[in-house]
Amino acid sequence: MLSKRIIPCLDVREGRTTKGIRFENNVDIGNPVEMASFYYEAGADELVFYDITASHEKRNIMIDVVRHVAETIFIPFSVGGGIRDVDDMRNVLLAGAEKVSVNSAAVKDPEIISKGAEIFGSQCIVLGMDVKHVGESVKIPSGYEIVINGGRKYMGIDALKWAVKAQKLGAGEICLNSIDADGTQDGYELKLTSLISENVSIPVIASGGAGKPEHLYEVLTKGKADAALIASMVHYGTYTVSEIKTYLDSCGVKVRKSW
Amino acid sequence: MIAIIDYDAGNLASVERAVSYLGFKCIVTNNIKTINSSERIIFPGVGAAGAAMNSLKRLGLDSVIKQAVINGKPMLGICLGTQIIMEYSEENETPCLKIIDGFVKAFPPDIKSKDGSRLKIPHMGWNGLENIKKHPVLSDLHEDDEFYFVHGYYPNPNDSEHILGTTDYGISFASVIGFNNIIATQFHPEKSGRPGLSLLKNFCMWNYG
Repeated sequence: MLSKRIIPCLDVREGRTTKGIRFENNVDIGNPVEMASFYYEAGADELVFYDITASHEKRNIMIDVVRHVAETIFIPFSVGGGIRDVDDMRNVLLAGAEKVSVNSAAVKDPEIISKGAEIFGSQCIVLGMDVKHVGESVKIPSGYEIVINGGRKYMGIDALKWAVKAQKLGAGEICLNSIDADGTQDGYELKLTSLISENVSIPVIASGGAGKPEHLYEVLTKGKADAALIASMVHYGTYTVSEIKTYLDSCGVKVRKSW
Repeated sequence: MIAIIDYDAGNLASVERAVSYLGFKCIVTNNIKTINSSERIIFPGVGAAGAAMNSLKRLGLDSVIKQAVINGKPMLGICLGTQIIMEYSEENETPCLKIIDGFVKAFPPDIKSKDGSRLKIPHMGWNGLENIKKHPVLSDLHEDDEFYFVHGYYPNPNDSEHILGTTDYGISFASVIGFNNIIATQFHPEKSGRPGLSLLKNFCMWNYG
């Protein structure tokens, strides 16, 4: 049977890995290529890189990082952050990423999903969604709204409707980030995750809130997620990927145990 | 020299990087002379069967690959490459190379796991191998080894002798196929960590015959 995937996430700014809480107060935590190699050896099933470089001029640094990562690890990895058009997608994929993740650009122009899927294949196109709980309303029937700019800008789009639409447009996977849970280490947003996962046929990666292995167990079972993103809980050495997998295995969750 | 067949079917650089990392010389090419003079062939591919077959024919590579197989040259198919060597694909209703008899089928839309939960399509992620036949390229596998898959269709050889390994995803499907000098995997060895690299290395050193 298919294993649930455990995916460390690295935020990269100007070629260095950083970590902040709710997209703020970022601190330097290491070289992304070295960290990728470490997680590859430690049993990560996949990696996600977000380029949070603010200045567009310095974005080529990320392409170099992607190229070095691709020469170093032999598991899939995706790259997101600041992908604006098909050319940005092509640069990242040619540098060696398996998948490319679009977020704000797709909210502003959903056709970037269909264009990307047509040229590179759906399996390459991940829709990143940043979501906040706002309560149910006529405009937002699911109670979850799409936000951009690190949660600062509300887009008036219902998260569930957006997920279904993105799948139709050709997204191959959804990386679902709860802005409310992000960086808190209090657990994933289970209700949001199961809502989206049960209503699309493509895999859903849960993101935001992982603090201990029990949180992964919850989101991979009750939350119906196909994969779980982790950051702080492994970046600071609190847990290893292997410890998390041993725990999940003991709870009956199918994980990859040999690497 | 190992020829990695380039037929506009996805980004082949990851296969090239993995083979180079293992210390073997390879070239990504659609040049018929280069392919004919190569020591062995890797036939990868990501995308749809219809477009892939059209590209192969346009580049004149369909007959080159069939001839290489007849000549006994070791060939490794990967993902779409594995489906293309079959007789026919349900994807885009595409007649394929017919190196192995049998159809490429779509996963049924309503497949469920043993516990009754709905399974998503495509089959994406890490999964294991079962019913593994003895083969030099598969010789270093450990019991719990898993491989990275991304696909909505799977090869279904008519002759069970052509099935070298199976994988369970609601149904049991052929995930490694082959005969004589051909071996082909539905998963991506170049993206499957240690066991994938070990399989690739074994292929690069495989002396068939």
